[in-house]
Amino acid sequence: MTATDMNAAGLRRDERLERLKLFGLSSPAILLVLVILVIPVGWLFYVSFIGADGTFSMENYERMVKRKSYARIFRTTFEVSLLTTALCILIGYPLAYFMSQLPNRIANLCLITVLLPFWTSLLVRTYAWLVLLQKKGLVNNWAINLGLWDEPIKIVHNLNGTLIGMVHIMLPFLVLPTYGAMKAIDRDYLKAAANMGASPARAFWTVFFPLSTPGLFAGALMVFVLCLGFFVTPAVLGGGKVIMVSMKIVSNIELFVNWGAASALGVVLLVLTVVVLWIASRFLKLEQMTGGGH
Amino acid sequence: MTKTKQGALPISVRNVTKTYGPVHALDDVSLDVQSGEFLTLLGPSGSGKTTLLMVLAGFTRPDQGSLKFGTDEVIRKPPHLRDVGMVFQNYALFPHMTVAGNVGYPLRLRRVPKPEMAERVERALETVQLGGYGERRIDQLSGGQKQRVALARAIVFEPRILLMDEPLSALDKKLRDRMQIELRHLHEKLGMTTVYVTHDQREALTMSDRIAVVNFGRIMQLATPQQLYDQPENRFVADFIGDSTFLDVRRDGDALVAGGTTLQTTRPVPEGQSLSLMMRPERLHLLTGTAADDVNEFTATVSEVVYQGESFLLYAALDSGTEMAVRGAIRSGSFAALPKPGETVRLGLESADTVILADEEPHP
Repeated sequence: MTATDMNAAGLRRDERLERLKLFGLSSPAILLVLVILVIPVGWLFYVSFIGADGTFSMENYERMVKRKSYARIFRTTFEVSLLTTALCILIGYPLAYFMSQLPNRIANLCLITVLLPFWTSLLVRTYAWLVLLQKKGLVNNWAINLGLWDEPIKIVHNLNGTLIGMVHIMLPFLVLPTYGAMKAIDRDYLKAAANMGASPARAFWTVFFPLSTPGLFAGALMVFVLCLGFFVTPAVLGGGKVIMVSMKIVSNIELFVNWGAASALGVVLLVLTVVVLWIASRFLKLEQMTGGGH
Repeated sequence: MTKTKQGALPISVRNVTKTYGPVHALDDVSLDVQSGEFLTLLGPSGSGKTTLLMVLAGFTRPDQGSLKFGTDEVIRKPPHLRDVGMVFQNYALFPHMTVAGNVGYPLRLRRVPKPEMAERVERALETVQLGGYGERRIDQLSGGQKQRVALARAIVFEPRILLMDEPLSALDKKLRDRMQIELRHLHEKLGMTTVYVTHDQREALTMSDRIAVVNFGRIMQLATPQQLYDQPENRFVADFIGDSTFLDVRRDGDALVAGGTTLQTTRPVPEGQSLSLMMRPERLHLLTGTAADDVNEFTATVSEVVYQGESFLLYAALDSGTEMAVRGAIRSGSFAALPKPGETVRLGLESADTVILADEEPHP
């Protein structure tokens, strides 16, 4: 036996054994993904290609192209999602900035109030908005008493109500990653900028804002993608006037019992969502937004 | 001492006080930095040295006092209007910009035209020996290179005052030693008034024209490195700079007695009853044969001999129990010839090296 193959066979066996163990340990996770993700999505694809007569057919997809109503539904879905995302940025970014500048103890308190809605049922929050915003609801009554407007106005069962509810529910998804990114910005960067002659506003736009954008983009993307498939809130607060893809899927099943059509809608929505994520990943480094890569 | 170049500004600090609750971070500090001088603020952590630098940069608002750059009162000026360069401890290089983006940032704020900006950025990078590095990303740089970029960014807009907050503390020892010399050369070349903060006494001694030793938010002594080492004004400075051992000194009529020896000194002796003798290890030496007249002689018992490569450190205790340290160079064979623990030795301290200090009055 020469010195070079001393223990070589044994070490190789150890290496193989270790790999086997690692595979064994990760197999429950792999199984879980298979059972709850791969198989159902595969089933969805399969069903979407089954026509009304139970044979293979493209009719579910053809219908989507032919009927104008489908195009309108997809446009509404994207519009509502974009508007919600934009409003979330408009409200959430200043909020996250404000929180990031507070002393830690107070900031944590604010964080809890931001998170509080998370711990309340989605349905309860949505119906609470319905109560607040209806014609004889709290908002209309107060506004009339304060003289802001004279007649009760319609703020629910339309786009306004849908947006109010959706923004309220989505806001934490934007605030949390944005706040995280802002907290990670070294205060010395701003001092350095000031030292070199940047006014506070200039330092904000040239240093703070660019450094906070990964968190902001991550949050905005999350909000947008969640909005694309949102059902409960637009269904309740939209009052049937704002029809999004998810609602059409439900009516296809509940009203028309057409699983094929519903599945096809689901597939298209899934593909569109993947496309959005793919485009976003071309422009942003996704791993950087989740804090993984550096 | 310093070459004053055009554009350097003197700094005048008067009666600056900053309190955080009951703590005096700065306690009525007055200080003059001459035009073009390299002055170091040296002190332990929490001494107030960084607070003073932050007051100079404008990031800390003092309770009272005056701060002048040249003849301009700047104490109420916000940081972005002070026009001073600063190197931060952790460099604070913007991670979303390239090297050139970082170095060009102050020029962009000053609306310097693009071609001139590119030229000045490259020139600043060349000054710190990073010519051609402009397109690199910050995370591609080593610690030493980041340090240089931070320096280039602080000097590119030709500020007349440069502040540095422990800029070398994150570097390893070899690189730090080299950067000390480089910073020194750069200062000689550019000639801007420089205030440098460090807790590293060797760094301070190596680089500075003058050193202000800071503690308890006050300046304990302001002097050249040599004066500081040879003639410390108080026990804190003597203790903080270099190694030293102290012996209690007793007044016996006109004579001063320490460790059983009547002391001779050519140095001024402070007033007061409570005095100490400061002894630097390398100024003490082992006596063989008869000592010269002007040498103070102590008899002690060797307790330990330590080998330290280029030198030895010998600890010896007086009868009173006080331990003294003696340092000496090692030449071939000389270490083996040193006295062994338990042996009695005679130690000599020349009268010119005999520094007597007043003990500190206890500080609140």
